[in-house]
Amino acid sequence: MARLQLRNLEKDYGGFKAVHGINLDVNDGEFMVLVGPSGCAKSTTLRMIAGLERVTGGEIRIGDNLVNDKAPGERGIAMVFQNYALYPHMKVRKNLSFGLRLKRRPKDEIEQATRDVSNILEIGDYLERLPKQLSGGQAQRVAVGRALIKKPQVFLFDEPLSNLDAKLRASMRVRITDLHKQLKADGLQSTVVYVTHDQTEAMTMGDRICVMKEGRIMQVADPVTLYNRPANAFVAGFIGSPEMNLLDAELADTTLSIGSQRLLLGSDVMARLSQTAAKRLTLGVRPQHFRVASPEETGTLAGKVSHVEFMGHEVYLYVKVEGCQVIAVVPSAQYDRSKISGDTVYLAPQSENIHLFDRMSGENISLAKLD
Amino acid sequence: MTDHALSTPLSVDREAEQILKAQRRRQIISATLRYGVLFSVGLVMLYPLIWLIGASFKPNSEIFAGAGFIPHEGTVAGYVNGWQTSTPYTFGRFFWNTFLIVIPKIIGTAISCTAVAYGFARFDFPGKKILFASLIATLLLPNVVTRIPQYLLFRDLGWLDSFLPLWVPSAFAGDAFFVFMLVQFLRAIPRDMEEAARVDGASTWQVLLFIVVPLLTPALISVCLFQFMWTMNDFLGPLIYISSVDKFPVSLALKLSIDTTEAFEWNRILAMSVLTIMPALIVFFVAQKYFIEGISAGGVKG
Repeated sequence: MARLQLRNLEKDYGGFKAVHGINLDVNDGEFMVLVGPSGCAKSTTLRMIAGLERVTGGEIRIGDNLVNDKAPGERGIAMVFQNYALYPHMKVRKNLSFGLRLKRRPKDEIEQATRDVSNILEIGDYLERLPKQLSGGQAQRVAVGRALIKKPQVFLFDEPLSNLDAKLRASMRVRITDLHKQLKADGLQSTVVYVTHDQTEAMTMGDRICVMKEGRIMQVADPVTLYNRPANAFVAGFIGSPEMNLLDAELADTTLSIGSQRLLLGSDVMARLSQTAAKRLTLGVRPQHFRVASPEETGTLAGKVSHVEFMGHEVYLYVKVEGCQVIAVVPSAQYDRSKISGDTVYLAPQSENIHLFDRMSGENISLAKLD
Repeated sequence: MTDHALSTPLSVDREAEQILKAQRRRQIISATLRYGVLFSVGLVMLYPLIWLIGASFKPNSEIFAGAGFIPHEGTVAGYVNGWQTSTPYTFGRFFWNTFLIVIPKIIGTAISCTAVAYGFARFDFPGKKILFASLIATLLLPNVVTRIPQYLLFRDLGWLDSFLPLWVPSAFAGDAFFVFMLVQFLRAIPRDMEEAARVDGASTWQVLLFIVVPLLTPALISVCLFQFMWTMNDFLGPLIYISSVDKFPVSLALKLSIDTTEAFEWNRILAMSVLTIMPALIVFFVAQKYFIEGISAGGVKG
């Protein structure tokens, strides 16, 4: 069992607290993605798990072992670095087998393991090359191979795809996910902690995603939950592209005031609100959850179109609503292309996808009934 | 119409050709000038060395007869007699003595400076800043200042008239310049590789040995070359600490041939001088590529 547990994990850089006592459980065989904007301490957290940063407080357990004070090599982890970190003076074969050679494993075992890994990652043709003779994608595969060969309990990935071009990144994404599934299917250790700042990577790869901000965990959930039921305004804004529209609003009874506009909330939305509903709120609606309505309809937000982006099957409308920029993504058919910028447009939010956040705490208060 | 159409391109061609010719001529003139100047300045700089080699093959009577370097009556007597020396030992003995100093000094320097530089460049420990500052401070200290205290220390240790005072300080990272150079070089190398090795299960010393040292190779070659040349050329050190002739390194042995003969046999001295500079020259040319790489990488990137 390779379960990873973080308990009240803290990191203090001489007065500056980078990680504020986080708790996280990564289950055996799970693909956990740590995601967040730069400076959210996701890499620091990963490096603490790896043993490359000293833990200031709290516990890290891998399997049943407390590993706080263990050297990186004794933790049963393997790590893939952002810059590949291949040993430049060793050929690919030696790079792959370095860890096993340090452990003084028998030669034929090392040979077999190298062959297996190079078959899985299709790097057999490059075994006699030096890292500088490899392309970015090949180097990345070797870096993954170097982790794989050790058969670690937990794989750690530190933004491994950020140095690749967009096309290669997409194919490596699939490759890593497939590899994880394959390991899992073969009954091998396959717990993964994957750090990225790219929410597309997070959403497409993770079994569960841990969203971090300023050294704190904002939400841990599977991609669908994260997207549909963000726990707070930060997660709501961070996950999803284009990002969720967040508008300041006041709630009185069942009426939501956004500037001078009124939006009547349906009983279904009201039913979702928690008892302690604050009056000063933030309304959150994803761009995809707007519909272009006719002027006669109620429950719409009116705004001036400032900019239109035609993307083929859908149109991005940039609309100024009460001085705030709102983005709506609507099917091309719904938007009359003869209309040009400067026109008033009426946007109807889908009531089942309306989110309301407490403006002070940022907490999502429209999830009450769903829990 | 046709004539006109034909003649115009022809005249344009001729003009273009003339311009091209003029350009080529200018290029040749400027290249000749440039190489002429470079060659003559180079010759002026190298002439003493060329003269030295030429003169070592001249008989004594001819050496100061002119400034030319080509011997009229070439002879190898200088080499044969010079090698025998006026002492019971041949020059080979002095070369051997030099290597008994140079080899442990180079090995000691390479090992100790790498370890110390690795410590300063990669680890945080209490007092690191003060220690590094004092290391840099010793760089600025003139060597002469420490001669007397060092002499007293080595006298008390009973190391006088032995090779120990000449190489032991260097084997304990006594050459701050080399430590500084390696620290600068190390700072330019990303830590990722070392971290990857630690994750792969390497201990601190294994990381140093298997990852850092190979990456440091160009800088280490420069360090060894510098140390080799400086030690070969060191005159003051052996002069102070070594008193028995059988322990003289070549730098002292050369002086010996001037001291002991009433009328100097210059061709012997010159011949042995040529032999003395040969190892340094050969080593430099063999390792030139790494040498330049090592010092430029350390200096520029650091």
